[in-house]
Amino acid sequence: MSRDKGFPWPRVLVHLLGVLPLASIFFAALTGRLTFNPIQDIEQRLGRAALYFLVASLAVTPIYTLTGWRSVLPRRRALGLYAFLYASLHFITFAVIDYGFDLREIGRLILEKPFILLGLTTGLLLLPLAVTSFDYFMRKMGKKWKSLHRLVYIAGVTVIIHYAWAKKGDLFALQGDILKPLLWGLLVVSLLVLRIPAVRRGVSGLRQRVAGRGKVLKSA
Amino acid sequence: MAGIVSAASLLAACGANATDPAGGSATQTPLADVPNTFEQITNYNNYYEFSTDKQAVNPLSANFRPTPWAVEVGGLVQNPKTYALEDLLRFEQVERVYRLRCVEAWSLVIPWTGFELNKLLAEAEPMTSAKYVAFTTLLDPEQFPGQSSPFYPWPYTEGLRLDEAMHRLTLIATGLYGESLPNPNGAPLRLVVPWKYGFKSIKAIVKIELTETQPATLWNTIAPEEYGFYSNVNPEVDHPRWSQRTERRIGELDRRNTLLFNGYADEVASLYSGMDLSVNY
Ligand code: HEM
Repeated sequence: MSRDKGFPWPRVLVHLLGVLPLASIFFAALTGRLTFNPIQDIEQRLGRAALYFLVASLAVTPIYTLTGWRSVLPRRRALGLYAFLYASLHFITFAVIDYGFDLREIGRLILEKPFILLGLTTGLLLLPLAVTSFDYFMRKMGKKWKSLHRLVYIAGVTVIIHYAWAKKGDLFALQGDILKPLLWGLLVVSLLVLRIPAVRRGVSGLRQRVAGRGKVLKSA
Repeated sequence: MAGIVSAASLLAACGANATDPAGGSATQTPLADVPNTFEQITNYNNYYEFSTDKQAVNPLSANFRPTPWAVEVGGLVQNPKTYALEDLLRFEQVERVYRLRCVEAWSLVIPWTGFELNKLLAEAEPMTSAKYVAFTTLLDPEQFPGQSSPFYPWPYTEGLRLDEAMHRLTLIATGLYGESLPNPNGAPLRLVVPWKYGFKSIKAIVKIELTETQPATLWNTIAPEEYGFYSNVNPEVDHPRWSQRTERRIGELDRRNTLLFNGYADEVASLYSGMDLSVNY
């Protein structure tokens, strides 16, 4: 470990956020706010929590590009693992609580419903990332680690379609209950665009110029 | 706690036959139908004019003004007329305990009060050219915040074939549990077609029009391959989003098998004899 930097508040903040969705589900259960269809409500809350953390992990590099704030970078792993945790709980709720672990029915649903297949695809994309998220694999896999973890970009896209198709409406016709999936989709697209090397160079160049000018002004 | 407690007590009230001790996600035999509680019926509502959040509909509808109210009956009829709510309450009021099956694969059992739509249509006297009945919900973005969303072709519209509308099960509900119709359930009056998915049962009706051609309906306009004009409850006709084979009765933990025509096949199957129900979904 490097030298003591005082209270590690970015790390603590991520873990506080990490347990927030679970805490809010428990709180809602205690106060009767899981709707009269609690299984579905829990399933949807866990799906949304997984989405939030997946998008947060995708936001780490762009936040660094935009702000130059280095201490966000080490938070990415925890954010990704929370995404995986909530995705797993979401899947377990679907398979075990909602469908009573009826494997035949679950298999049929995966084959028949494109939106469920896309959820599963997203989950299966996140699985190897979670497994190889430890330092040991990072060291051992070297360059391959980085390319493997680029799968998260695909997961970012598939989860948006999964989300939009879980709602009544038509994302591509801009009709129905699609406002939230649409906004999350635009956010994911921006986060992906900010990674394109040319965009990224342009943005961080701009930031350094702005920061440089600030310094000049201050010293003057 | 209210949600969980009443869910559990309803389950207990259904007794041993409500859950399948052998396990599995859905029991094989039709289960007893116990009316859902007033709380459940009025706090778990799909009413996008107020909100897409089922729990938010009740509080958001608190200030909705269901009176005074007028319903315009017109189109291809001999006797077009605008009815005040009081005029409609003069039609013989009956109580009907119906299953309500949402296309999202959940269901409720609701003790409605209301009158058979055929009583009203008989008074209006459809012309021989009339083949369909079109219904329209109130358009009032001030009372219906959801109607400000640009993603829907407001106002909500629905339609039935004339013979479906004349069927004795087809009800205009004006109340439930003996009270006047609560705001979150479509006050002051709504359609109830118990063998069709819930979205056919249009709420807060202001216009009933007889037409010669099949009327446009809101969900069919948004996603025609998902929400057909007929939208009869049918476990065999698949929906791209939700499996229609099973459903969750609000208040129960296991899934039930969905019944053809929501369990009203004896009464209504003859309306569709000779039709391919997977084409006319
Ligand atoms: C692993 C396999 C997965 C399956 C089988 C699955 C299944 C489902 C189902 C059935 C729903 C609809 C729930 C309902 O409305 O009743 C749903 C909704 C959703 N899922 Fe998944 N899902 C999976 C993975 C994921 C993953 C990995 C994420 C996010 C990273 C995710 C995010 C969501 C979101 C955001 C919703 C919408 C919640 C809402 O309606 O507000 N799902 N999923």
